[in-house]
Amino acid sequence: MATTTQYLVLSATLFMIGVAGVVSRRNIIVILMSIELMLNAVNINLMAFSLRWGNTTGQVFTLFVIAVAAAEAAVGLGIILALYRNRDTVNVDEMDVLKS
Amino acid sequence: MPAGFSPSELAYLLPEFVLTLGALLVLLADAFLSRDRRGAVIGLSLVVLAATGAALAWVGAPHQTIARGLLSMDAFGLFFKVLVLVAAALTLLMSGPYLAAEAMPAGAYSFLVLAATLGMFFMASGVELITIFIGLETMAVAFYILAGLLKPNPRSNEAAVKYFLLGAFSLGILLYGMSLLYGLTGSTNLGTIAAAVANPAAVGRPLLLVAVILVVAGLAFKIAAVPFHMWAPDVYEGAPTPITAFISVGSKAASFAMLLRIVVLGLPSMAEEWRTLFYVLSVLSMTAGNIAALTQTNLKRMLAYSSIAHAGYLLIGIVAATPRGISAMLIYLAVYTLMQLGAFGILVLMRRGDSAGDEIQDLNGLFQRQPAAAVAMLVFLLSLGGIPPTAGFMGKFWLFGAAVEAGYVWLAVVAVLNSVVSLYYYLRVVVAMWTREPEGLEPRMRPALALTLALALAGTLVLGLYPRPLFDLAETSAKSLGSAVWAPSR
Repeated sequence: MATTTQYLVLSATLFMIGVAGVVSRRNIIVILMSIELMLNAVNINLMAFSLRWGNTTGQVFTLFVIAVAAAEAAVGLGIILALYRNRDTVNVDEMDVLKS
Repeated sequence: MPAGFSPSELAYLLPEFVLTLGALLVLLADAFLSRDRRGAVIGLSLVVLAATGAALAWVGAPHQTIARGLLSMDAFGLFFKVLVLVAAALTLLMSGPYLAAEAMPAGAYSFLVLAATLGMFFMASGVELITIFIGLETMAVAFYILAGLLKPNPRSNEAAVKYFLLGAFSLGILLYGMSLLYGLTGSTNLGTIAAAVANPAAVGRPLLLVAVILVVAGLAFKIAAVPFHMWAPDVYEGAPTPITAFISVGSKAASFAMLLRIVVLGLPSMAEEWRTLFYVLSVLSMTAGNIAALTQTNLKRMLAYSSIAHAGYLLIGIVAATPRGISAMLIYLAVYTLMQLGAFGILVLMRRGDSAGDEIQDLNGLFQRQPAAAVAMLVFLLSLGGIPPTAGFMGKFWLFGAAVEAGYVWLAVVAVLNSVVSLYYYLRVVVAMWTREPEGLEPRMRPALALTLALALAGTLVLGLYPRPLFDLAETSAKSLGSAVWAPSR
């Protein structure tokens, strides 16, 4: 059976891949997927700790994270769709209507 | 161990129940009303908020931890609940004229404002990480939709996308920090976390530091502190004006409540570390926010940078981390809510014809056309700049005084210098209103908007001249944060 440390290394790696994706990718959908990776890294953490402490708090937390991630994805895709209808693009580099 | 809620505990949650059912009622009523009955929908929402306020008054602050240590019903939470309730009411009041000008339906809009308010209620009284996180997301998801509700408008689309992406990203960081806190302590209850962290031998110090940094970074996103502020100017500019106002006051106040709960209740033994972090964030936010605001030509963007600077001022209270510092933060948040909502009320007034009315030059000659509105704006801007006899001065005075009292003299000096810099860009708006020739369409004052502005103006002046009751209230609330009964009953 994997140790807590191994789980933590896995989750930290997953989290860093997610962060790298968010900062380097330009397609909004890919950025959204990278954010999902970060949230799943959180879930792995929570499950590993739940196992280590022998309580269910981490599992409950994970269920809430999954539910919230689903709600966020639904809302996020809706927002992206509204943008796509007006602009015909899902590239963050082309989002320049607002001055920066 | 009680298996669930006892009836008396359920009674403490009456305001939340009223708000939830009321929000659903608004959504239902909207389905039966024609699309043009905006006034009725908004009126109903205001009735829901009033009923929630009555329920809050009935419940008061029993100083009890309910739902097995998930929520703390104390004066601190009550203070923030009343604050966001007032902010939501003023927002809805000014939304009527704005929705009419944009030809937007009011049903989903009002429902989402109420849903966001509900989320803020749980952020204000949550003393457990999962509860706080659910409250935060209830608010954030509602705001993502609200920011993009002007669907044909590319600026609104873009604001929503940026808000959503950076909000979700910051949520990932915050949750990762929370998961580490749980991993180190075995609990998500702030009281248990505090007890576990207080024992240095039992908890891995380096990992704890990582957890604190991640949590603070995630929270800094929500309050728009530099260097985690980049979403704020774009979102503020693109979102519907009343929503911008609500995001800048409601979201900020609730996020500060959550931040105070987490660091003061959950991580008191890491005070040295988070004080240093907040010190840096505070100085960066004040300075960068004010300097960036100097060159803005768009009033909404300017107010966005000014609100970043205000986040910096507010962080001073938490750097001091004394009861007086915390109470000064509460006072300043209350004052900031009124003056910021007032300034955005003027922006709603300037929304006319095809003009978004959010450039500074759109306010040219406002004094000739709407003298009362121009004078009100003058008071809001002077208050934001911290000039007596407005409430903004009292707030800043108390906040900076708390920093000096706690030994952070340099921080207070930086804050005062920053306030002086901020006067330049606030006064630029005043100059435009008084000395330039009016252009464009005549702005039309509507009764609901006039009422919003009058209430915000009265609050800004009364709290400036007679701040005693607010000071007493904030002091009681700040004290209840430290002495709250937050031990878990499991």
